[in-house]
Amino acid sequence: MSFTATKELEAEVDELITHYPVKRAASLMVLHAIQEKFGWISSEAVQWTAKKLELQPINVFEILTFYPMLRQQPMGKYQIKVCRTLSCALGGAYELHKHFCDKLGLDAHKHGAQTTKDGKFTVEFVECLASCGTAPVIMCNDAFYEDVSHEEADEILRGANAMVARHGFEP
Amino acid sequence: MAQEYKLILKHIDEPDYTRDIECYLRHGGYDSLKKALAFPARTLPDGKTQSPQEQLRQEVMTSGLRGRGGAGFSCGLKWSFVDRKSGKPVYLICNADESEPGTFKDRQIMHKDPHQLIEGMIISCYANDVKLAYIYIRGEMVDGAKILAQALKEARAKNFLGKNILGTGYDLEIHVHRGAGAYICGEETGLIESLEGKRPYPRIKPPYFPAVLGLWMCPTIVNNVETLCNVKHIVALGGAEFAKLGTPNNTGTRIVSLSGHVQNPGYYEIEVGKATLGELINDPQFGGGLRRGRKLKAIIPGGSSSKILKAGEKFKLKKKDSEGREILVETDMLDLPYDFDSLAQAGTMSGSSAIIVMDDSVDIVAALANLSEFYAHESCGQCTPCREGSLWMNKALHRLTHGEGRSQDADYLVKIADNIPGGRTICAFGEACSWPVQSFVAKFKDEFIAKGAADEARRAKEGAAPAETKKLAAAHH
Repeated sequence: MSFTATKELEAEVDELITHYPVKRAASLMVLHAIQEKFGWISSEAVQWTAKKLELQPINVFEILTFYPMLRQQPMGKYQIKVCRTLSCALGGAYELHKHFCDKLGLDAHKHGAQTTKDGKFTVEFVECLASCGTAPVIMCNDAFYEDVSHEEADEILRGANAMVARHGFEP
Repeated sequence: MAQEYKLILKHIDEPDYTRDIECYLRHGGYDSLKKALAFPARTLPDGKTQSPQEQLRQEVMTSGLRGRGGAGFSCGLKWSFVDRKSGKPVYLICNADESEPGTFKDRQIMHKDPHQLIEGMIISCYANDVKLAYIYIRGEMVDGAKILAQALKEARAKNFLGKNILGTGYDLEIHVHRGAGAYICGEETGLIESLEGKRPYPRIKPPYFPAVLGLWMCPTIVNNVETLCNVKHIVALGGAEFAKLGTPNNTGTRIVSLSGHVQNPGYYEIEVGKATLGELINDPQFGGGLRRGRKLKAIIPGGSSSKILKAGEKFKLKKKDSEGREILVETDMLDLPYDFDSLAQAGTMSGSSAIIVMDDSVDIVAALANLSEFYAHESCGQCTPCREGSLWMNKALHRLTHGEGRSQDADYLVKIADNIPGGRTICAFGEACSWPVQSFVAKFKDEFIAKGAADEARRAKEGAAPAETKKLAAAHH
């Protein structure tokens, strides 16, 4: 999928730029806006952002490669982020991560984000999500879940599958 | 007996309390802002006049408020460092990049009572002649960012923000800025770089003290969410009255994030120093004790970067006797008052006021390995000791928790940890990644050695080059 900025995105980005006396400061917010619409940030998107903010593409690219939340390749339709840091680990995060991986046919011991072959799900460990009192916590796309039991994990997967069945998706 | 004292969390969990501005106004919201904006100029006994802004800053100084983000630095003092003569604009940034493992207090405020933060921010901006401010919220708090943006919109509609605020002629704009999953953005100069649209590499101090050369090289104040909320209460109560809360030099309240192996993990607001670690963990109104049949093993008292406390450890605390003389009193770790100074005397810190409790089911080597992985992942990579050291420590801990340990790994870990902090790195991340390693190994050394020795014995039995080693080496490449 090549990158074409929609009018809507242009408008959003133009508004974001007004928040800062220096255009470059809008970089992160612009990349968030792009990722929200396209799911990832392609090199065309980097070029477009650089032009928009009067920067060199490298200025945008070095941000893209630094921040874990920003994606350089398409990910699953549903991205499951399991918090792995100490409080969640004490609360069963590793078992929960393994449960997701087992259910989706992924290898729990593999390093980094993993996506199912059909492109429906990505599962990864992330660092502390700042809700340690309700461990273990996960995010599924933008939604946040606390005290997640294995049964609830199954429910989240079922819900996502039902949405895909109803609306379909482009991998 | 220790009690909860709800100043900031006063309404947050009331059943009919909602986060919209109408509800906030019904609960006296923005009254403190109106009070602050109405401060008149005052003539001092020496004939000098003190502007309303100077008076507000004086109130914050009098309150004794210390930063709630981690360092516990005096807020009034921080504000006093701002270069007001440069002619450049002054910026204020709310540090809402809450990501110190164990901490989840700012999340509650932003999600459930966003206007309290905004009111505190507007007052703080007014007190420092700030016309443009940002809330730097961590990227993962997607809802939080939306909630804050909505709350700012509501505040703008009521003219608490924008041009000519409430007819006073004061203009202020606040925007939400989202991070994207990097812990280092919580470091104030890293945060500033990130806000400028760059990699969040912390800046070296001197010369880049934010109060002088901050955002776009202008004087900048960076304060934590809870700190800014406190400013609202300082105005409401008056600095002197606020200072009566808590204990001397540790004034006000703190929201404690309690997690790990307790019956009731959660957030609890206390007067600073008015509850002990033991009360916070065991009292039924707080943690409610450990899980049935379990004993306490250790506590991380102030976020993952703070040094661990081992169950049964004793410390000499400075106290005053009945005649006012300073004496040293032996104090059990559970009897340490939860405040900045007592924990500092115990060789650790209250940091971001996040307590992680570990019972005797915890493998302490695995717990440190977990934290080490965090720091290895989050080091920004700018300074060699931190970038390399955090990875080396993580590798050593990885092999210790994967059957490939060595008995000398304990000493090896400390050797690396000792060579990262102490001015060898630009920012305090060097300290933050070393302190857990230094303290875990010092206090539980036998467990680290035993684990390494057991692995060595097993390998000796299996022969010189076990398959596991090759597999592990392959996994590392």
